[in-house]
Amino acid sequence: MPLAHLVQTGFGGFYDGLAHWALTPQDVLLVVAFALLAGLAGKQRARQLVLALPSAWLLGGLLGLLVPSLMPPELATTLSFGLVGLLVALDRRLPAAAFFALILAAAGLHGVANGSTMATTGPGWLGLVGATLAVFIAVSLIPALLVGLKKPAARVAVRVGGSWIAAASLLMIGWLFRAG
Amino acid sequence: MTFLAHVEAGAASGFLSGLSHPVSGLDHVIAMVAVGLWGAQLGKPAVWVLPVAFPIAMALGGMMGLMGIPLPGVEVGIAASAMVLGVMVVAAARPPLWVAAVIVGLFALFHGHAHGTELPAGANGTLYSIGFVIATGLLHAVGIAIGLIHRYDWGRPTLRGAGALVAAGGVFFLWQALA
Repeated sequence: MPLAHLVQTGFGGFYDGLAHWALTPQDVLLVVAFALLAGLAGKQRARQLVLALPSAWLLGGLLGLLVPSLMPPELATTLSFGLVGLLVALDRRLPAAAFFALILAAAGLHGVANGSTMATTGPGWLGLVGATLAVFIAVSLIPALLVGLKKPAARVAVRVGGSWIAAASLLMIGWLFRAG
Repeated sequence: MTFLAHVEAGAASGFLSGLSHPVSGLDHVIAMVAVGLWGAQLGKPAVWVLPVAFPIAMALGGMMGLMGIPLPGVEVGIAASAMVLGVMVVAAARPPLWVAAVIVGLFALFHGHAHGTELPAGANGTLYSIGFVIATGLLHAVGIAIGLIHRYDWGRPTLRGAGALVAAGGVFFLWQALA
């Protein structure tokens, strides 16, 4: 089962949840990809992301806590960060409805995975709050660093970062279906 | 001490394995650096389109390799990539951007496939993938950094000389692959 392990910091459920996000590459890549996407799209999207992504994460997490059997397959969480990475590489400015729908679907999915993991491994809702706070901090800081980028080379560097995230997703899909 | 006692076994080895894998063979290294050299020589937008096309196509090849989807002539394709990319730099070839991207993407499939079939078991898949892609990107960056010498009068022939070295390496690896 994906994401079944949970870090034990020794400081309690809240910090276990916070560390879990930071040490789960799929989760970090999704949040970073969204942060890059919003940062490229400008202030409005960056501000929307600050509220929308942690909210979707929390909602999904609560669902996962209540129904741990909803744990999504690793393929779904891998595809989600790959898709967002691809959008960054293409520098796509999504309409608001598509932007929010994507956040709800992708962050909600990762939230469900977090909630399911925390329901079955101990920290429960406190861990989910910690993970959501980590997500909130990341989406507050990263887009803020990017929205001021005006030089084309800087924007290109962000897009290259998105392409790396998409490439990592492709490799990961191969890894999930590896032969032998 | 319970800190990190029960998480992501193999995480560090997965990332480091991924990071070191693309630099583990000279045939891979010279081709990836050559992508950066050619991109820098071509200028915008190829300077970033080619290094974006290569990792994505290489990841696609890696995915095929991992899944056991066969790709014929992998070793020949890898050697040919260094040869062709080196020749492009020597000739300062300027094909349309899409042609350059297709050439680079096609060869990247071979590199990715070779890496995909050689991946170690037991490592963390996601971290391996991240390390792998970062190392590939950094090799392109090295190529771009070297390729920027084409801005100078003395740099243009030097860069073409570097392309000749890459092409010669490709001929050597092709001879090895066919031997």
